[in-house]
Amino acid sequence: MNAPNPSGWRPSMGASAPAAETTSSGDHGLALEEPLIFELAGPTGTGVDFDAADEAPAPELMAFLRKSLPALPGLSEPDVVRHYTRLSRQNYAIDLGPFPLGSCTMKHNPRLNERVARMPGFADIHPLQPKHTVQGALGVINELAFWLVDLTGMAGVAMTPKAGAHGELCGLLHIRKALEARGDTRDVVLVPESAHGTNPATAAFAGFRVESIPATAEGRVDLAALTARLGPDVAAVMITNPNTCGLFERDMKIISERVHNIGGFVYCDGANFNAIVGKVRPGDLGIDAMHINLHKTFSTPHGGGGPGSGPVVLSKALCAHRLVPYTERHADGHFTLVEEEDDVDAFGRLAAFHGQMGMFTRALAYILSHGADGLAQVAEDAVLNANYVLRALEDVLEAPFAASGPCCHEALFTDNGLPDGFSTIDIAKGLIDEGFHPMTIYFPLVVHGAMLIEPTETESRAGLDRFIASLRAVTLRARAGDETLKSAPVYAPRRRLDETLAARKPRLVWREEG
Amino acid sequence: MTRLFTKDHEWIDADGTVGITDYAQSQLGDITFVDVPEAGKALKKGDCAVVVDSVKAAADVYAPADGTVTEANAALADAPELVNSDPEKAGWLFRMTLADGAPAGLMDAAAYKAYISEL
Amino acid sequence: MRYLPLTSADRTAMLAAVGAPHINALFADVPDGALLDGPIKGLPSHASEMAVERHMKALASRNMVAGEVPFFLGAGAYRHHIPASVDHLIQRGEFLTAYTPYQPEIAQGTLQALFEFQTQVARLLGTDIANASMYDGSTACWEAVAMAGRVTRRGKAVLSSGLHPHYAATAQTMARFAGFALAYQAPTLTAQPDDAALITAIDGETACVVVQYPDILGRIPDLAALAEAAHARGALLVAVVTEPVALGLIEAPGVLGADIVVGEGQSLGVGLQFGGPYLGLFGCKEKFVRQMPGRLCGETVDADGKRGFVLTLSTREQHIRREKATSNICTNAGLCALAFSIHMSLLGGEGLGRLARICHARARATASRLAQIPGVRVLNSAYAAEFTVLLPRDARPVVRAMADAGVLGGVALGRLYPHAGELHQGLLVTASECTTDYDIESLAAALRAALKGEKA
Repeated sequence: MNAPNPSGWRPSMGASAPAAETTSSGDHGLALEEPLIFELAGPTGTGVDFDAADEAPAPELMAFLRKSLPALPGLSEPDVVRHYTRLSRQNYAIDLGPFPLGSCTMKHNPRLNERVARMPGFADIHPLQPKHTVQGALGVINELAFWLVDLTGMAGVAMTPKAGAHGELCGLLHIRKALEARGDTRDVVLVPESAHGTNPATAAFAGFRVESIPATAEGRVDLAALTARLGPDVAAVMITNPNTCGLFERDMKIISERVHNIGGFVYCDGANFNAIVGKVRPGDLGIDAMHINLHKTFSTPHGGGGPGSGPVVLSKALCAHRLVPYTERHADGHFTLVEEEDDVDAFGRLAAFHGQMGMFTRALAYILSHGADGLAQVAEDAVLNANYVLRALEDVLEAPFAASGPCCHEALFTDNGLPDGFSTIDIAKGLIDEGFHPMTIYFPLVVHGAMLIEPTETESRAGLDRFIASLRAVTLRARAGDETLKSAPVYAPRRRLDETLAARKPRLVWREEG
Repeated sequence: MTRLFTKDHEWIDADGTVGITDYAQSQLGDITFVDVPEAGKALKKGDCAVVVDSVKAAADVYAPADGTVTEANAALADAPELVNSDPEKAGWLFRMTLADGAPAGLMDAAAYKAYISEL
Repeated sequence: MRYLPLTSADRTAMLAAVGAPHINALFADVPDGALLDGPIKGLPSHASEMAVERHMKALASRNMVAGEVPFFLGAGAYRHHIPASVDHLIQRGEFLTAYTPYQPEIAQGTLQALFEFQTQVARLLGTDIANASMYDGSTACWEAVAMAGRVTRRGKAVLSSGLHPHYAATAQTMARFAGFALAYQAPTLTAQPDDAALITAIDGETACVVVQYPDILGRIPDLAALAEAAHARGALLVAVVTEPVALGLIEAPGVLGADIVVGEGQSLGVGLQFGGPYLGLFGCKEKFVRQMPGRLCGETVDADGKRGFVLTLSTREQHIRREKATSNICTNAGLCALAFSIHMSLLGGEGLGRLARICHARARATASRLAQIPGVRVLNSAYAAEFTVLLPRDARPVVRAMADAGVLGGVALGRLYPHAGELHQGLLVTASECTTDYDIESLAAALRAALKGEKA
C-alpha cells in the first residue's frame, strides 16, 4: 500500500454518558433538539399564499405534466422560522467566538458588506440585462479588479472563478493555453507535499501529471530538490506562499527565476494572502498566477461552506490569454462586458454569467473600508496575533518550526510528545468543551497530528488570551493522561459522531421508514 | 511457497490470494469501503490493484506480482470491516494468477515481522 | 479602524511578548525589496461606513432594478418572490458566519439543514440521492459529464442543442483541457426540440447525452425516450434543469429515467444578483454514489446514540484523494443551499405546484398578448413559463430600445448566440408570479413601438 493513512487520524468515539436528568421535552434549558422538517409535517401543505386563481395548464402541456406533486412538506412561517432558528443555535460561528482555523482566515464578516450586497441595484439585477442598464454593476467588478491587481502587483485578473479551487483551475488553464500557444507539450506540474489537496486535484483535472516536491526540516520547499527536478517537461510549479505550515517561502523569488529559466510558470496558491496583503506584492516575487479567496482575505461570509469567490491575478505573459467574460472601462467612464461575441480570441468560459457578483460587492466594500493603510494593518495584526499564540504555547505543545524564526499569520503545532493514546483529535474535542471551535487539524500532512492556528486580525488580545488559556488547559489534561478527554466533547449539542457508520452505510436522504 | 510479504504491507499466498497485513489495517483505522478489481484485470507488480477507504484516508494496495485477477472477495461489499477484523484470512482482497510462479524479492513472515518492528 | 480590535498598547505589549523589536521583524523572511515600506501608493486610505455606503450606493443607482420595471428575462436566471423570512434566517450569524461543518459536534445546524436540502433536491429532481451543492448549474453540468465519463469509462459526450450556451461553452472549455470529446451545435428554431437528431448522435462511445429540460428556447424534450435511447447504447442521460420551479408542473427528470440530474437552484431563495453566487444542484442514482463530486452529508449516531449528521464519503474528495478525487471542488454554495431549502420548506410540494401553474398561466397570458402584435410569432408548441418569440428582425436592438422605454423585455437570442445569425430574430420571454397585467401591457406597448422604430 502507499502510506496507509498519512494523517494518522483514527476514529474514536469515547465513552457514552447520557444526560443525567431526562426532561419530558428532550430539551434542556436553551439546549434545544430539533426534528427534521419531514418529521414536523407531512408531505403536503404550504406556507405561502398566492393571489392568482389556480388555472389548468395549456392542453399542449398535458403530455409532460407531473403525475403527482413532489413529496415535500410546506410549513407555515412561524414553524419555518422556529425550525431554522432552533437549528442555528446548534452551530458555532465567528459571531460567537474565535474560529482559529489555519488556512481558512475566519475573520469577522462586516455587516456593512451585507447591507451593500442587498442594495436592490446590486441584488435585483439580471445578468443578461442590456449592458447600458447595468453600468454600476460593471463598475463594481471593474473597480474590484483594479484593487486586486494593484494589491498584488500583477498585470491583469480573471474575475469569474466561483471559489478558490475554481480559481486554481483558471490559473492552470491559462498556463496550458500559454504553453499551447507556443506549441509546447510539457505536462508536469510540481506540487509541494504540504500543499492543500485542491492543488494536485486541480492540476490533474487540468490535464497535468503531478509530482511531489519535498519540504526541508524548516518546513519550506526544498529548493535543491526542486531545482534538481526542473527540466523541459515541467510546465509549472504550484506554491502556496505563505505556505501551509504558516511560513514565508524565503526562496520564492529564486524559485520563480529558476522555473522561468526552464520555460515554466509559477502558480501561487493565495489562500494565505492575509499574511502579506498590503505589505508584499506577490507580483514582485515573480509569480505568474495567483487565486485570491475573497471569502478568506476579503471577509465574504463562509455561510456554512460557501459560496466563495476566487478571482485570479495574472502576469503579463498569461494576460495575453483570456477567458470571457471580463469588464473594460472606457475613457468616457462607460463600461463594457466583453463576452463571446466581442473577443473571438478568448479561449473559453469557466461558468455561466459573470462571476460571484454578490461576493464582489461585499469584498469591494471591505477593501474600501480598509484602504491601503488598513489592509497593511490587517496583515500586521494577523501576523502579530499568530506569533503571540505561537510563543504563548510553545512550552506545552511542540512547534516544529518555531526555532527557525517567526511564523506568518498561522502557528503550527504537532502532537508529538503527547502520552500514548492521546493525539490531536482529543485536544481538538477538548477545546470544543471549552467553548471554542478547534483549529485546523491533521493538515498539513507533513507533520504528525498537525494543529494549525490562524487567529486572524479580528481577534482582540483578551480574546487571544482566553483561547490560549483554554488550549493550554486541554493540552495539560492530555499530557497528564486524563482519560476523560477521550470522551470529549461532553457539552456540545452532540458527542463524537460515528463517521465509520456514516461511510459504511451512507444515508444521504430522509426516508419514510426512518 | 509460504505466504510472502511486501514492504508495502501486502501479503500473497501460493494460490495467488492477496490481502493486507494486520499492521496495515491498524494504521488505516475503520475501513469503510474496498474498491476491488474486476476478474480478468491484468496486473503488473506495483500496479494499484485495490483502493481501501477508511473514514479519512484512501490507500492504494499494490499488486505483489505480475498476473491476472481471477476473483475478488465478494463479502467485502457488505462487510468491509472484515479487513479490520480478519485481514490475514477472511478479509482477503482478491485472487490472481501468478504469471511467473513464486514472486521474487518478497519477505517471509519472520522478515516482515522484523521489518515492521523497525517502523 | 473599526474592524481591528488591537490597540496601539496591545501591539506594543504583544511585540514585547514575542520578542520582536518592531512589526517588520516578523516579516524578516520576505526577500529584500519585496517588503513595502508603507501603504501601497496611489490607493485610497481607509474610509468610514458612511463614505463606503455612499460610494456603493452611487454605483447601485446606475443599474436598472428588475423589481421596479416590467421584467421578462430568464435564460438561466429567474426572478420569483422570495418570502421575507428567508433572508432574515440566512442572516443569523450562526448560519452566515459558520464554517464548513468539519467539526460536526458544533455544526449540527448546518449539517441538518444540508441533510434536509439533499432530501428536498433528490425529491424535486426525482433522483435517489443528491449532494450538498455545487457552485452553479453550469459547473454542475460539466461535473456530471466528467462523472458519466468515470462511470462508463468512455470519453465522449453529446450536448443537446437546447443546452444553455453558457453551459455548453463551460463544458467545452473544460473538456478541451481534459481530453474529453464533446458534440454540440446551436439550436434551430423549431416548435419542438429535435429529440430524434439527438438520439442518432448517441453511439457506443458516448458516455452521456446532456439534455436541458425545459430547453434554452423553453421547449420540452421527451426525456423518457432519450433515456431509453441512451441506455440502449450503454450511455447515461444527464438532465439539466435551469428553472426548478418548472418541476412543480412537469415530471421530474429522475422519474423519466435520467441517471444524473443537475440544475440551477437560484430561482428559489437566492435572487438574481447579476449572475452569482448561484446554486448548483446535483442528484443521481444511488449506485453512482461513490463517483459523485461534491460534499455529501449523511445520517449517523453519536456516542450517546443520538441521531446526528456528518459530512461523509470524504474519500471521494480533493483533500483526501488529491489528484484522484472525483472533483477538485472544496467550497460549495452552502448559504445559497440554505436559502433554497428555507424557501422550499415554506412552499412545500403543494406550493411549488401552485407556483408553477401560476407562472405558466402568466406566461400564456404574455404569449397570447404578444402574438397579437403584427410580425410577432410564438415559436413553442409547449412551454412552462419561458418561451421564444420570433420578431421580424434582430432582437438585440429591439431589447435595447425597450430598455430605453423602461421595460426589460426578455433576452435576445443574439446575446446568447452572437455568431448564429439565423437565431437573431429570436427573443426569450419569461413570466412569473410577479408578472402583472400592467407589466404585460407595458411589454406589448414597448415591443410594438420598438418594432415600429419609434424609439432609437
